Amino acid sequence: MELFERLIKGDLRAAGRLMSRAEAGSGEVRSALGEIYKAAGKAHIVGLTGVPGSGKSTLVSKLVAAIREDGRRVGVIAIDPSSPFSGGSILGDRIRMTNLAMDDGVYIRSMATRGSTGGLARSALAAVDILDAAGFDLIIIETVGVGQDEVEIARASHSVLVVSAPGLGDDVQAIKAGILEIADIHVVSKCDRSDANRTITDLKTMLAMGINVSIKNKDDKPLWQVPVVGTSSETGEGIGKLLETIDRHRDAHRSTALGPERLRRIAEYRTFKTAEDLLRGRFFTSTSERVTAMVERISRRELDPFAASDELMSNIAL
Amino acid sequence: MSSPIRVLLAKVGLDGHDRGVKVVARTLRDAGMDVIYTGLHRTPEEVVHSAVQEDVDVLGISLLSGAHMTICPKIMKLLKEQDAEDTIVVVGGVVPDEDVAPLKEMGVKELLLQDTPPKQIVETLERLVEERGPR
Repeated sequence: MELFERLIKGDLRAAGRLMSRAEAGSGEVRSALGEIYKAAGKAHIVGLTGVPGSGKSTLVSKLVAAIREDGRRVGVIAIDPSSPFSGGSILGDRIRMTNLAMDDGVYIRSMATRGSTGGLARSALAAVDILDAAGFDLIIIETVGVGQDEVEIARASHSVLVVSAPGLGDDVQAIKAGILEIADIHVVSKCDRSDANRTITDLKTMLAMGINVSIKNKDDKPLWQVPVVGTSSETGEGIGKLLETIDRHRDAHRSTALGPERLRRIAEYRTFKTAEDLLRGRFFTSTSERVTAMVERISRRELDPFAASDELMSNIAL
Repeated sequence: MSSPIRVLLAKVGLDGHDRGVKVVARTLRDAGMDVIYTGLHRTPEEVVHSAVQEDVDVLGISLLSGAHMTICPKIMKLLKEQDAEDTIVVVGGVVPDEDVAPLKEMGVKELLLQDTPPKQIVETLERLVEERGPR
């Protein structure tokens, strides 16, 4: 419990160690994480997603610098993919955040996805709680840029930023289902490029076409209109405006029905997710030998995966 | 479920040769480790600050510039100041034989110099983490 006490006092070495233990997923850390969860809840959590190469890491480094100018402390959870073969990873987000490398008001933690889908690392949310409990004001989760269907981040953060870069698709891309739907704020990066206006227009058209499903106020106006903000990490254009927009969303969150609704959704997601991880772990432990024994027969098509899973499910010790 | 060994690889000072460190990063990834690479031209202060935040098991410093006898003592001192002496420090690159003993004396756990086979790099890190034990 010593680590927990140090964390609450703002000891960042304790924060780092707790994150490592959370990642190792040992049984003992769970009760500490429970305490941390209860102590957390003050920070505003920003999820940032977008396809690979859209400029997420660079944008984060600029955004963090702007937040620091305000004197606020900011945590960053930067997620990169794990190898599907070795389980290892190369985490390179720090390369683009070197201007922040010496500031104690910025805490950057790199994480690998470790087999979880949806762009979030398995222990990312524990790390968010740890930074929250250590007193950071804003926490940015930068997801791995997996593509069009990476929506898990929306169930875990207060403000979702979806980053689009110019030149990556036409207006039909913009009306497809998936990632673009989850944005609380759309960001068009690299807006110093000449084709950026086209992307901004496509997104605005998409938003205008849809019906705003956000909660309405008593005048039947939506509580939040999703804005499109153009930014350039090259010239710095739009970074200040983006931070203002995030703050405006945070305020809308805190002063209207949007907030409680979102917090309930996050709580529900985390409960299911935590239980699911437990279940998956126990399932693998108790079935892996039997699966190995079945695989040969399934590959020869003597046994089918449906009957095999029925059998596994009926005989597990959870 | 045990977690992968976390390694921070750093190029410190005026040394632009990063082919080697990238090969090492790839090797360690393929051995199932999480490798944080911080890019070129870092200062000892930046490297130690990052290593502490990332809570890595191993800090690997790649040096081909000949500045190891200036840079390594700084890093060891900073780790001590940050209460992070349990970080395993490994140096790779070009280091003359006569500097190996002094570097080990100041706390560098192992030197993996030119012509070290990839397999030996992996085994060395695994052994050092094993010897350190859980923390």
